Amino acid sequence: MLATDTLTLGYDGPNILDQLSITLPAGQITALIGPNGCGKSTLLRGLARLIKPKHGAVVLDGHDVQRIPTRQLATQLGILPQNPVAPEGLTVRELVAQGRYPHQRWFQQWSAADETAVRSALEITNMVELADRAVDALSGGQRQRAWIAMTLAQETDIILLDEPTTFLDLAHQVEVLQLLEQLNRQSSRTIVMVVHDLNHATRHADHVIALRAGVVQAAGAPRDVITPSLLRAVFGIEAEVIPDPRTGVPLCIPYGLCAAEPTDTLLHADAVGSRA
Amino acid sequence: MAVTLAQSTSQPKPKRRAAAALAIGLLLATGLLLVIMTLSINFGATDVAPSTVWASLFNYDATSTQHLIIRTLRMPRVLVAAIVGAILALAGAIMQGLTRNPLADAGLLGIESGAALGVVLAITFFEIKTLNLYSIFAFAGAAVTAVLVYSLGSLGRGGPTPLKLTLAGAMITAFCTSFTSAILILNQQTLDEVRLWLAGTVAGRDLGLIAESLPYVGVGFVLALSLGRSLTAMALGEDVARGLGQRTGWVKVIAAIAVVLLAGSAVALAGPIGFLGLLVPHIMRFIVGIDYRWLLPYCAIGGALLLVVADIIGRVVVRPMEIPVGVVTALLGGPMFIYLVRWRVQR
Amino acid sequence: MKTFPWITIRPKHARFSLRIDRRLPKVGLIVGLLVLAIMIINMGVGEYKISPLDVVKTLLGMETGDPQHVLIVRTLRLPRMLLSALVGLALGTSGALLQGLTRNPLADPSIMGINTGAGLVAVVLTILVRNFPARWIPVAAFAGALVAAGLMYVLAWRKGGDSPMRLILIGVGLSAVGSAVTTLVITIGNIYDVQRAMIWLTGSVYGRSWVDFWAFAPWVAIAVPLAWFQARQLNSLHLGEDVALGLGVNVGRQRAWILFVAVALAGASVAVAGVISFVGLIAPHVARRLVGTDHTGLVPTAGMLGALLLVASDWIGRTIAAPNEIPCGLVTAVIGVPFFLTMLYHHAKTK
Repeated sequence: MLATDTLTLGYDGPNILDQLSITLPAGQITALIGPNGCGKSTLLRGLARLIKPKHGAVVLDGHDVQRIPTRQLATQLGILPQNPVAPEGLTVRELVAQGRYPHQRWFQQWSAADETAVRSALEITNMVELADRAVDALSGGQRQRAWIAMTLAQETDIILLDEPTTFLDLAHQVEVLQLLEQLNRQSSRTIVMVVHDLNHATRHADHVIALRAGVVQAAGAPRDVITPSLLRAVFGIEAEVIPDPRTGVPLCIPYGLCAAEPTDTLLHADAVGSRA
Repeated sequence: MAVTLAQSTSQPKPKRRAAAALAIGLLLATGLLLVIMTLSINFGATDVAPSTVWASLFNYDATSTQHLIIRTLRMPRVLVAAIVGAILALAGAIMQGLTRNPLADAGLLGIESGAALGVVLAITFFEIKTLNLYSIFAFAGAAVTAVLVYSLGSLGRGGPTPLKLTLAGAMITAFCTSFTSAILILNQQTLDEVRLWLAGTVAGRDLGLIAESLPYVGVGFVLALSLGRSLTAMALGEDVARGLGQRTGWVKVIAAIAVVLLAGSAVALAGPIGFLGLLVPHIMRFIVGIDYRWLLPYCAIGGALLLVVADIIGRVVVRPMEIPVGVVTALLGGPMFIYLVRWRVQR
Repeated sequence: MKTFPWITIRPKHARFSLRIDRRLPKVGLIVGLLVLAIMIINMGVGEYKISPLDVVKTLLGMETGDPQHVLIVRTLRLPRMLLSALVGLALGTSGALLQGLTRNPLADPSIMGINTGAGLVAVVLTILVRNFPARWIPVAAFAGALVAAGLMYVLAWRKGGDSPMRLILIGVGLSAVGSAVTTLVITIGNIYDVQRAMIWLTGSVYGRSWVDFWAFAPWVAIAVPLAWFQARQLNSLHLGEDVALGLGVNVGRQRAWILFVAVALAGASVAVAGVISFVGLIAPHVARRLVGTDHTGLVPTAGMLGALLLVASDWIGRTIAAPNEIPCGLVTAVIGVPFFLTMLYHHAKTK
């Protein structure tokens, strides 16, 4: 189980997250939501030990992740950063094979297990047909699937994703989110993702954590958490929340900004360093 | 690759100084330049009083050794320093504005090394000794390298980024330098003739050379100063500039001609002098802001000032020996470059 | 379903497996044979001409009927040929490491300040220090390369990590300052010393003996295999810092280590053969065309191509203006330009 204990994160300048303690339920899909600059990407990067905490710790099954050797941690926790760029000409198969890095040694460069893991990652993501194409020649959705396949080949129980649907058109967004849902249901992997679209969060996540200015405003199942008052508090919007006619999950329909503008105290965390 | 080089040119700060204040500033800077130029003439193996300098200019006495020294040695030297400083700073400012590349400099982008190679070729193979003909080879070298560097730097994703341009410049410099050294290895006499010039120096020029270079310098100067308004728009990005009604193709062509003329004559006059074109526009942008109509004249004066001062420094520190002024500017500008990279390049 | 682009050696019931790029054996064999062929031809040319057959016979210890052959081939020409191959190997490998490390196809030891550092030290010692023992110049040059690289790394490092882009640009800046100081030294030296220094600055393997060869060989024997071992880490680093971290690569340490190996190779090469530019730039480019982006194939191929390039350049330099000899560093520079022009052309065409 992944959790944070009084975690404080920041770059040069003021802290972006201060003394944050949260728990990410195992075997579920958790969505981190919040306005730009609320620290959700920073939190995700912190969870993946891409940023060293200034104070506190990220705890995985009772151990501080900073103390776990990074390669060992990579067999338990995988991360897909925002907009990763593949080198020109790299094929999908080669990319996915790189996910096996933490399982390899100089005397164990390509075991039978590596081969099986790559094959199954390609199959699950439906990339078998495209396996010999260059990653940079694929469409946005296919490319994202290729990167997810690489993370899958890593065979970790936990997968963190930073805005996996950004820059994708609607069909590709649905494609990626359904894939994640399928992974979670079939092999009960823990998935944590930063999402921009609230309705994606409510539709595909089991657990939602809403952040504003580095502070958790609410955490829990979408049905319990997503309310007009929360949307007002987190995003500063007036919105109607109605049950989705097909699935019953909450559906947000924004109508306008709040009269009292609560966004003036926003920290500019995203501007500082969440772009990689 | 994410290229985030924070550019002062792409994030125009709303720094507006009243035109009157800017004009007065420019006048004051020109005055300061004249004072320092006079000081520079005073200064040397035998110090001369300012009154003698004055007299030698307006009341020339052919029998006085001091007058002779001033007229034939010191005055040409300080004039060359001022001219070369001004035109290199202008060339740097134009390149920085046009390519939106805060690291642009005629030396770093390989243009000077190309011009130098042209001159060395001219001396070795055509036994050319006059500046007029030097200049043509310098221009040819400068033009060829400028085109090469720009095309090489535009390869790949994202067009001509500062990083790619700088690397392309370094590559072409490496090529031109090895070619130059090879010629010099095979030809000891040329080596002896040009090695001081190759380090960038303003010593040993006479007034005739300056007169010969004036047409090129003049045309380059006028073209450069006429680009003020266009460059201010170009600094916002080519698409924006086109949207503002600039004929960007023409602006580029004129700017390229200006840069080649300016950098080429600078090399013909004083050899390759690096980093000056980098240093001066950054300092001036800090003072004047980003309006190129003011920035360009300020750069010209500032560049002249800096090179005259650098020349004085080069003469003072290891007296009675001299450090070539090109080395002084490299030692001043190198740290500036590293500072810019260290604090402005995020990833 | 097509299979993986590598050959796997995996004995049954053994906890051992090896992965070799599928294209590597073929490319390696061809390039290796070419290097050998050029070396044999090159050993026959010069003031005293020897037929390739006689060269092979002499190398194999057979009689050719000319007692001079043993001295000329074995003692005078062979060490130079072997050395140029090793220097090329080192430079090509170093270039592949630096390009992979910085994720930039234009990176090269000669433009990142490493060669300049070595060059500066050597020029200062040649020109300014009277009677500095010549055999210590390589050691000092190597130290110069290390200092330059260290300075580059320290200046590029900033809280929040190092950045490949800062690394390259600071390298370029240091290189420009270093060249200025080198030029200063050249302006004040005795003209004969200066000319000696200039030859060294262009890069040449002229007159190298077995002593030089044995001084250089250990570097290659240690550093090149180390570079091959770094290939898998380079593959991960090539996907970007965050992805590499997520895959369990200790990014900071690996980068420093790869940089160190690359500098050791480049610095040792400069020390023994002077400043030879463009080999580290061209070899990895061609290698990428031949074997793709996987560094397990790319790094060895770039090394072998570097050897081929330098051996061929030395041959051209010795023959093209005979009886004069053109330094091979100049030949590589001259080859470099048409190479980049073709690169430009291909790029323009694909767009």
